[in-house]
Amino acid sequence: MVKPRTLYEKIWEAHVVERRPDGTCLIYIDRHLLHEVTSPQAFEGLRLAGRKVRRPELTLAVPDHNLPTTPRRDAQGNRIPISDPESAQQLAALERNAPEFGVRLIGDADVEQGIVHVVGPEQGFTLPGTTLVCGDSHTSSHGALGALAFGIGTSEVEHVLATQTLLLKQSKTMEVVVEGELGFGVTPKDVALAICGRIGTAGGTGYVMEYRGSVFRAMSIEGRLTVANMSIEAGARSGLFAPDETTFAYLEGRPMAPKGADWDDAVAWWKTLHTDEGATFDKSIVIDAADIVPTVTWGTSPEDVVAVTGVVPDPDSFEDASKRAAAQKSLDYMGLTAGQKMADVAIEHIFIGSCTNSRIEDLRAAAALLDGRHIASGVKHAMVVPGSGLVKRQAESEGLDRIFVAAGFEWREPGCSACLGMNPDKVPSGERCASTSNRNFMGRQGPGSRTHLVSPVMAAAAAITGRLTDVRELMKKEEGMVA
Amino acid sequence: MDKLTVVEGRAYPFGMKNVDTDIVIPAHWLKTISRNGLGKGAFEVLRKEPGNVFDDPAYVGSPILIAGDNFGCGSSREHAAWALGDLGIRVVIAPSFSDIFSGNAFKNGILTVVLPQDAIDRLIVVAQGVDGHPDNIHVDLEQQTVTTQFQDRFTFEIDAFRKHCLLGGLDEIGLTLGDADQIGVYETKVAQLRPWMVPAPALGVA
Repeated sequence: MVKPRTLYEKIWEAHVVERRPDGTCLIYIDRHLLHEVTSPQAFEGLRLAGRKVRRPELTLAVPDHNLPTTPRRDAQGNRIPISDPESAQQLAALERNAPEFGVRLIGDADVEQGIVHVVGPEQGFTLPGTTLVCGDSHTSSHGALGALAFGIGTSEVEHVLATQTLLLKQSKTMEVVVEGELGFGVTPKDVALAICGRIGTAGGTGYVMEYRGSVFRAMSIEGRLTVANMSIEAGARSGLFAPDETTFAYLEGRPMAPKGADWDDAVAWWKTLHTDEGATFDKSIVIDAADIVPTVTWGTSPEDVVAVTGVVPDPDSFEDASKRAAAQKSLDYMGLTAGQKMADVAIEHIFIGSCTNSRIEDLRAAAALLDGRHIASGVKHAMVVPGSGLVKRQAESEGLDRIFVAAGFEWREPGCSACLGMNPDKVPSGERCASTSNRNFMGRQGPGSRTHLVSPVMAAAAAITGRLTDVRELMKKEEGMVA
Repeated sequence: MDKLTVVEGRAYPFGMKNVDTDIVIPAHWLKTISRNGLGKGAFEVLRKEPGNVFDDPAYVGSPILIAGDNFGCGSSREHAAWALGDLGIRVVIAPSFSDIFSGNAFKNGILTVVLPQDAIDRLIVVAQGVDGHPDNIHVDLEQQTVTTQFQDRFTFEIDAFRKHCLLGGLDEIGLTLGDADQIGVYETKVAQLRPWMVPAPALGVA
């Protein structure tokens, strides 16, 4: 009898090219996404060594990190120059490198352009059972579709381009089980933040996570992408969902997905990709869905989470001395005091976007709350940055853009934007942003910026009241509305 | 990649926990298309604080960095390793590292040494020295030891392949390309088993 295996072990074993005596494996990489920030030095390395890209057809390049989110073409279709010369140089490098090495490139003004982690699933480039890498830590997102997906550094980007493989040690396995039903106003983002809070930002280091339990089975692909995206915030390079009917329904007919008889063959294989009964995980985390509430971060690490109904924690309440010091440093940076109610914290900026929460469901949920309402007077700037040109077009066809604009939001072009402040979209020093992104690190959204991570509906709620707000208070007034 | 065998010198007594790669090198430094020159952006936010270890003349140019738990968490940016390398750092010692960072460091000839917190605490005391005169720390990769002149001796574990590459300054891509036949065999097998694995050439609207 075959030993029961986890989903991770099945995908791993299907990709071993060679096993070394010390257990290191040469692992085949099926899919490689490139963007403008972590690829130039890799192409330069190939060029210097006179090397080629081994399988250009398995590689897809999309600029996303530092593109401005303002219009990219004028009325005549001419490129509007990027004012930052360094950003322009990185985009130009990608536009030169991709054709030189035979790699498919989605252009900066193409309708398919967007954040790599939105584009991959949307185009059907991301498939269950594949190994997928990108020089970006949020590559974990693609695990939502059952791909073993993880972020790599630029030297590894170069290694994959040249060899289509990586030398890796097998990770340990961790199951994250959430059973039950999510409460009113509780979203996949709150689940992701709850996991970070429970296990900490180093809790998943060395592990590949698998998300299991009724909450994840019932979750849409968009929701799963949000959860898998934040696996890395809990330290895990990858987070997997077993592919199921929801996955197949999402992928069928996507441009780069298999078609016809190939599709049937693919689905037949994908159906074998689940953790066998009796397989064991190295670690197990179990969370009751009923314990997850609308959540916000108070500090400068994604593990610094608290219920929106809660208060800023007292640094002295942490047992570990270094955690006490870190919490005090975070509070000083964030301009918060222990015991302050989270719902009293005033917000000046709203950012709805990023590879965590910029998909059509995210925009629909935020727009539903904002419909007929307006941002508070204290909110200086509110912005929606759709995850891709196709998300943007879909939202516009549903009239969501008009709702956002009427509410006082700016409606932008797709990209990574204020999630990491590489392009002009930044939060000014000392000012506070309710952000649907994934990292509240010091200086992440711009030097001195103060970030509170929230779900799209919580960002919309903060926009309406001008302070961190329990979205359920606003939703009560509209019975039957779901987040 | 430069060979790494023995590193001896002063060490930055940093010790901070959960240092993410946005702290090591903020995103606005990532717009370069070169691997060089990032040292001036390293720890930019922390270096705005007066008295920070990175600008303390007692430590500037140290080849060793002593850090806290979970060093290098967050973004996969290899710029973090390039920035440390540009500062002249060859060894980072901490109780734990993020997986992506330790891989990036290794590929740039930087050794990550995992030691328990009490060893870290002791090494920080040594690195701080007495009366502003830091004492040296000695790292020997062949022996897998960290020692001081005060009889401290800590041993560390390292993956055998990484050790081999660091000691020899080997080019990993060149090594893997030596296995090109094996890779070809795998590709032929998958082309038969799962021919649909090659993405359709189309882009567009679903």
